[in-house]
Amino acid sequence: MPETFFGWVLFLLNEYGPVLLKGAVVTFLLALVGTFIGCIIGLIVGIIQTIPVEENDSAVKKTFIAVVKWLLDAYVEIFRGTPMIVQAMVLYYGAMSVFDIDMSPMFAGFFVVSINTGAYMAETVRGGIESVDPGQKEAAIAIGMDHFQIMRCVILPQALRNVMPQLGNNLIINIKDTSVLNVISVTELYFASKSAAGVYYKYFEIFFITCVIYFIMTFTASRVLRWLESKMDGPKDYQLVTYDPMMDPCGAVPLPTKKQKGRF
Amino acid sequence: MAEEKEVLVSVHDLKKQFGEREILKGISFDIHRGDVVCIIGPSGSGKSTLIRCVNYLETPTSGEISYRGKSVKDAFKKLTMFRTKVGMVFQSFNLFNNMTVLENCMVGQIQVLKKSKEEAKENAMKYLKHVGMDGYVNAKPNQLSGGQKQRVAIARALALEPEVLLMDEPTSALDPEMVGEVLHVIRELAEAGLTMVIVTHEMAFARDVSNRVIFIDQGVIAEDAAPEELFKHPKNQRTKDFLRRFQE
Repeated sequence: MPETFFGWVLFLLNEYGPVLLKGAVVTFLLALVGTFIGCIIGLIVGIIQTIPVEENDSAVKKTFIAVVKWLLDAYVEIFRGTPMIVQAMVLYYGAMSVFDIDMSPMFAGFFVVSINTGAYMAETVRGGIESVDPGQKEAAIAIGMDHFQIMRCVILPQALRNVMPQLGNNLIINIKDTSVLNVISVTELYFASKSAAGVYYKYFEIFFITCVIYFIMTFTASRVLRWLESKMDGPKDYQLVTYDPMMDPCGAVPLPTKKQKGRF
Repeated sequence: MAEEKEVLVSVHDLKKQFGEREILKGISFDIHRGDVVCIIGPSGSGKSTLIRCVNYLETPTSGEISYRGKSVKDAFKKLTMFRTKVGMVFQSFNLFNNMTVLENCMVGQIQVLKKSKEEAKENAMKYLKHVGMDGYVNAKPNQLSGGQKQRVAIARALALEPEVLLMDEPTSALDPEMVGEVLHVIRELAEAGLTMVIVTHEMAFARDVSNRVIFIDQGVIAEDAAPEELFKHPKNQRTKDFLRRFQE
């Protein structure tokens, strides 16, 4: 048996490395897929919540939009307002006892992470859409574009860029918070670590390794998203095709003298 | 004046209320083909609201706007098609920040007029050349100066080939040294015969470029005359008071 701390770390790494790695893969998958699906949910909810109601819309349309918005609001508030660990329990055991659905823990895990992220992203996307200055929307209206064209061509590309930092946040939070899914026995990294730690009662050593693995995953995710952001921003510079004849550094623009100028 | 020329847009008894406050109290005027109408008046008199009502950016509370003799609601199935006939240039440029200069001028043609990419590009280049911005096709709006942005915004509006171009204080957000280049472009457009309605605070420019000046005060047209008339011999006392401030 090893004597020192690092001796134990190496020993356990050798023994349980593959198990922890498997757990890490599950964690990463849960976080990645959950964040991705959550983003799509958030995008859809965010777009619906920012549909403008116009004065001359029919009463049916107005009521329909109001009801849908109310339902989506309820979704956001409920899933933002309860802990994910509780949601996992309620969903997994609730589905089993009430609806007689026996979903695999893994599926329940994906489901919970997705709708949880969706609730957060919905608010983020709404914020992103509202942060695009209204003047651009007006300009788009003025050139004859309709609501969906404006969304697709003008607002969403900018809103999505604006929500990127928050998306990174969510991915990182999900990598860490999927650990709560151990309560419904999803064999993610935390669950795998706990099982491994129990064998030799070496909690500190195992969880030290776990800590490092979590950090490697979150740090990588954060850097990749940063890179993606700068990629989205495009080149910082532009190529001037020709000289601009009207751009005069002195500001003295030659004006045509059609009429006599002078103060009236 | 230009009675024999075709009436493009006419505004009849336009009223606009925001809540309890009545901004426009019944405004009527016609815009003829080739007209360059400048709208002047003190701040808060309703100039911008008026010009925004003409293309329904603001829905008028009452009154009618017609296009070539037909009410807009009857003449067009969709409001969006009317808006392609009436271009708009804003005080704060409002370029699409996620697009390059060229894309800004193409998007309306492709999305609304359903033109092909090649056709849209060719057309966009034509108008960008017009405003002297054809060298900047690859630039993004935040890389340009205010004057350049406004010239692109003008090209974007022109690219849809509107019958009338509305301008809402096109130079008010510009540094003084950039006002000239934008006014120069507008002047050229006026000489080329484009019909325009311009809300402006540039009195000398209004006098020079327009063939008709409308003075608005407290939501009504106080005076509507040729520029020589209005600036040299204003009839209305309020017009006189307003203009005196610019002469000092």
